[in-house]
Amino acid sequence: MAEPTAAAYTLTLAHLYPELMSTYGDRGNLLALQRRAAWRGIVLRIEPIGLGVPLDPDRYDLYFFGGGQDREQAVVADDLQRKGPALRAAAAGGAVMLAICGGYQLLGHEFRTGEGAALPGVGVLDVRTVAGARRHIGNVIVRCELDGAVRTLVGFENHSGQTYLGPGARPLGRVEVGAGNNGADGTEGAVCGDVYGCYLHGSLLPKNPWFADHLLRRALVRRYGVAVPFPPLDDSLEERAHQAVLARVRTVGRAAVGVR
Amino acid sequence: MDLRLQGAVLAGRAASALSRRLGRGGGTVIGGHVVTRLAPRALAELSRALPRGVVLVSGTNGKTTTSRLLAHLLAGQGVALVHNRAGANLLPGIVSALAQNTDWRGRPRAALGLFEVDEATLPHALGPAAPRAVVLTNLFRDQLDRYGEVHFVAELWRRALAALPAPSALVLNADDPLVANLAAAHRGPVVYYGVEAPEPGGPVLPHAADARLCPSCGAPLAYRLVYYGHLGHYSCPACRFQRPAPTVAAVAPLRLEPTRTLLTLQVPGGQLALALPLPGLYNVYNALAAAAAALALDVPPPAIARALGSFRAAFGRLERVAVGDRAVSLALIKNPVGCTEVLRTLAADAAPKTLLIAINDLFADGTDVSWLWDVDFELLAEQIATAVCSGTRAEDMALRLKYALVAPNRLVVEPDVERALARGLALTPPGGVLHVLPTYTALLAVRAALHRRGAVGAFWEN
Repeated sequence: MAEPTAAAYTLTLAHLYPELMSTYGDRGNLLALQRRAAWRGIVLRIEPIGLGVPLDPDRYDLYFFGGGQDREQAVVADDLQRKGPALRAAAAGGAVMLAICGGYQLLGHEFRTGEGAALPGVGVLDVRTVAGARRHIGNVIVRCELDGAVRTLVGFENHSGQTYLGPGARPLGRVEVGAGNNGADGTEGAVCGDVYGCYLHGSLLPKNPWFADHLLRRALVRRYGVAVPFPPLDDSLEERAHQAVLARVRTVGRAAVGVR
Repeated sequence: MDLRLQGAVLAGRAASALSRRLGRGGGTVIGGHVVTRLAPRALAELSRALPRGVVLVSGTNGKTTTSRLLAHLLAGQGVALVHNRAGANLLPGIVSALAQNTDWRGRPRAALGLFEVDEATLPHALGPAAPRAVVLTNLFRDQLDRYGEVHFVAELWRRALAALPAPSALVLNADDPLVANLAAAHRGPVVYYGVEAPEPGGPVLPHAADARLCPSCGAPLAYRLVYYGHLGHYSCPACRFQRPAPTVAAVAPLRLEPTRTLLTLQVPGGQLALALPLPGLYNVYNALAAAAAALALDVPPPAIARALGSFRAAFGRLERVAVGDRAVSLALIKNPVGCTEVLRTLAADAAPKTLLIAINDLFADGTDVSWLWDVDFELLAEQIATAVCSGTRAEDMALRLKYALVAPNRLVVEPDVERALARGLALTPPGGVLHVLPTYTALLAVRAALHRRGAVGAFWEN
């Protein structure tokens, strides 16, 4: 598991607002991407993009946008408007984006607060979010079809925003256990091209390594074409952790449900 | 005391005694449920009966150790205390302790009530207990599934402090902006404590910090120095909010050693050097909180320094017990900042280590284990000889360590805590230490397993 000394392939990831939008262990997603790239001899460089920092859409292969607390999210929403054109250009150019929870909401068209005010988003995901009266908290199992294969994603949701998909987005999956996007239509997450958003903390990618690899492969294909070697890894521990969550949630339920 | 309350107290004590006799644990909580059911105003009436009043300690981290340090300081002054020592810090636990303290005529045996209080419970305890001092340690993200965001808790506290009687003292951590900002909510005296020594600080905020925005105006705070989490020397460039000057401070020299801390305590009137028998910067904060509270309760500074030097660790807070020819060191972990500081303290001694990390996801632990990914297990990764991962989330823990680059052949997954303890002890060389890091309910399981091995007394006797 040693880090490679000279890498043939390098990817660069923009971590959006790492200081303000990193509340629920979402950093684990970056660790998963970086390690799983390194174990294949690929370097993943991670660069923080904070408040007031300009964003060059040609520089990045991947973007990660985590969840934050309400206060921080309002500050970020304001700054994000200045990064909107760059993010829209990056998405149109096929950059791979993963956004969780608050980041997911802000990649949509807007977030409407309980007071009726609308925080504008970036609009790279065709989704809209409205504040809900009830908070959805608990373990989640999602059935997910990507690249023609049906697989599960496990995670933990903690949100009161209710997200609804427009015609330009398809759901990332359907909830087997959990509330998902809005607690009503059985969907979870959204996909538009290579932009992915969802409510799954946990962290998401370590326990769902197939999804981490999907994101890395998409970024490699875009940067280098299809020929980049991408050998399988020994995922026995990842698979064991995934199965343990499936078993625990299917037997004891999703634990805390809408407690606040 | 009226007859109704007296009857309720007797019933509650009977319930506690019965629970203990049936081996259902310490009976620390059941009695309180019974009392509150029979006499809803019990907390207010039992608190009012205490001649020297009540002191409450709350915050995300350090409640148990701070209140135990303060208990030790007050006991040294001959103050008879009623104290929820075992850490039952919801209303029933507090009422139960008060009921246990009442004699058969309904009079309190102790002079002063000292209670650690759960953060979300503080607003409900503050009015009835009418404390003469409230100590607030810090606010870090903790069990987001249960408490929600830190600003939400800060706002609950701000509103609750309106019920604090004006002559009472509010003891606040100057280095935590969310806590220091609460001074404005109290009309009476405020005592601040904080760290002044620059050595343990750094210039950059770690990734798990919660308070990057000014609690007063919302602008990003500027930090001159960060100790850990969001604790440090800060000021707001946009409004006038800044770190208040502490009345009780740890000044240079400050030396953190693997099992103790050499501390220079600055109090009004001078400086006192002492050896605090607890490791870790977070325990410096606990000692400062206890010292500031003791000062507010008129304990003379030399007595404070003396008592801090003769303290013993609390239940599961870096406590060490012998098991045959090996030792077990127990340190409760429950949130990213607290856990990272425990790891930093362990890592100060670079020797290879055998670990047992037990992660449960029951309600009392927090059902969301995402926080494991915000903990800097990387600090310890190279020192791990073997890590036994246990609890209902054993596999999550093992995976976290794999991504901290601990080789999979150094990881053992054993969800059953008792079997994991046996495994960990077998992997520990004779004469060595097994470092056990459990979440709350896993800590109870570890204690029970150790108890069956005859290693420690039950914790409510502790």
